[in-house]
Amino acid sequence: MELAANITLAALVQQVLVGLSRTTILFIVASGLSLVLGVLRIPNVAHGSLYMLGAFLTYTVATLFGQSTLGFWLALIVAPLVVALLSFIAERGLFCHLYEREHMMLLLFTFAFSLVIGDLVKLVWGSDYRSLVAPVFLQGSFSISGFPFPRYNLFLLVIGPLVAAGLWFLTNKTKIGKIARAAAVDREMVGAIGINVSWVFAAVFVIGCYLAGLGGALVAPTQNITQGMDHAIIIEAFLIVIIGGLGNIWGALLGALIFGLTDSIGILLWPQFAIVFPYVAVVTVLLIRPQGLLKSTW
Amino acid sequence: MFNALFDVKTTITGMILLALLLLLPQFLPRFYVYLFALIFAIALLATSLNLVLGFGGMYQFHHAVFYGFGAYAFALFVTKSGLPLWIGYVIAPFCSAALGLALGLITVRLHQLYFGMLQISLGSLVWAITYRWYSFTGGDDGIHGIPLPDLVGSSTGAYYFNLIVAATCLLLTYMIVNSPFGRIFQGIRDNPERCQAVGVNVQKQQLTGQVLAAFFAGVAGTLFVTVEGSVFPDLMFWTLSLEILIMCLLGGWFIFLGPALGAAIIISLRTFAGIYTEYWTLILGIVLMLLIFFLPEGVLGLFLKKADPAAKREG
Repeated sequence: MELAANITLAALVQQVLVGLSRTTILFIVASGLSLVLGVLRIPNVAHGSLYMLGAFLTYTVATLFGQSTLGFWLALIVAPLVVALLSFIAERGLFCHLYEREHMMLLLFTFAFSLVIGDLVKLVWGSDYRSLVAPVFLQGSFSISGFPFPRYNLFLLVIGPLVAAGLWFLTNKTKIGKIARAAAVDREMVGAIGINVSWVFAAVFVIGCYLAGLGGALVAPTQNITQGMDHAIIIEAFLIVIIGGLGNIWGALLGALIFGLTDSIGILLWPQFAIVFPYVAVVTVLLIRPQGLLKSTW
Repeated sequence: MFNALFDVKTTITGMILLALLLLLPQFLPRFYVYLFALIFAIALLATSLNLVLGFGGMYQFHHAVFYGFGAYAFALFVTKSGLPLWIGYVIAPFCSAALGLALGLITVRLHQLYFGMLQISLGSLVWAITYRWYSFTGGDDGIHGIPLPDLVGSSTGAYYFNLIVAATCLLLTYMIVNSPFGRIFQGIRDNPERCQAVGVNVQKQQLTGQVLAAFFAGVAGTLFVTVEGSVFPDLMFWTLSLEILIMCLLGGWFIFLGPALGAAIIISLRTFAGIYTEYWTLILGIVLMLLIFFLPEGVLGLFLKKADPAAKREG
């Protein structure tokens, strides 16, 4: 146990930036989870597995094109779409029959789904880890007062707000977004005025899972793509959704910020137990506001 | 008191079953003796979860943390303290109960899904610390070659020890379920608002249930160490918690012995499927999906319903 004694301002700024790019990934994954949880009331444990699947698919598509710049962009588009397609099939084939069940059953069912995806990934890609390089113009880093900051992280910092804006537009300005928000509050009433709630649910589920795939695709060049990356992210994503308020997109953003920043600053303060910091933050938030920071749709 | 708890038929069936289990090691190969000893530990674990899940209606999503904590408490006591080994068996469950109290104090203020999610997060924190703290817990390697008392050192010794401890704890759990506390607990499951209205302190009862369940999970943890002689962080990983949930679901969580049966089925399936394929979780996933679709009341639930059509599920 050794606490870092003298932390320079530049190191702090660097860590905050790293934390913010981590926040982007966390936000994208958690917002998808929050959407599904808020509208469909499904605590989707398989969300992390879809994230992992997204990362592996990104690797495969990019590698088909020799990990070139074109391959990367193509993979970034194709991989989340494949994840979305798979989730569409799962929703229409399996989940849509189970909406009336209690949360415990839904949770266990999504767990079963995650077990199946996890083993299928193992079956297709084997148990070795994979790594993917970022496209040339996003490689390397620039320096902040002598500390290197990877270009790819800057790219993530641009993507994050774009996704947030897109989600805001989708939920507030489009018809399906408005119907989905209404269905989150009272699905019977929405059904009673003649809207096919089932298909709205399918759409929301697919969008949520797309975000998991997108998160996986974006994270692929920054870390080893491994079996087990699903287990790590899903717990974090659930925590973020809970401290933000179930079903609230902005809550997911706030939660991701808290989680990402406490994590990265924790690495600076106490590297071995950095993981403790975000959890302490989560517990503190929940002790003060058990229902989450922002208004939940529940 | 026993007369009130069991009718004659149940008592005789139980006695015959116990006698059979006591005789088994005389006939079985060593591997099966080991497998049964493991099943006793996990059956107790699943039953302890069901105490709060099936009878308390609490969303206990991270029960494995109490199990792993008990196993680690035992392992650390035995390897670090230098005191007589048997004391570890007494101390470890109380350590789990203390953790149950500490986590429960924070979590019981929340409801249902929030309760479960916060429990997963706090449990994951315990897991993460165990996973990282190399100098004390052995990190991701865990602790191996834990010295055990001579009496349970052999596989037959471990079998008898686990059988007797697990049977005693199951009996205690059964008595708890049928005690005044157990009745109130089931009342809370069926209608928390009404219980609150008639003056039951719901959160206090739930906290008590949590501590009791954690205690028995801790006992199961020590039984696991007795069989395997090692501990590792996976014992408190959240996926194990969901596996225990599956055991309860598979056996039937409104029936007292359902989870124990579920544990026996899952452990046997995993052991034998593991011989033929490395894709055991794929099989488990598919079995679970089928179960949720076609058999939501569990194997024993279905069996009892077939045997007695008048019997309806409580709650």
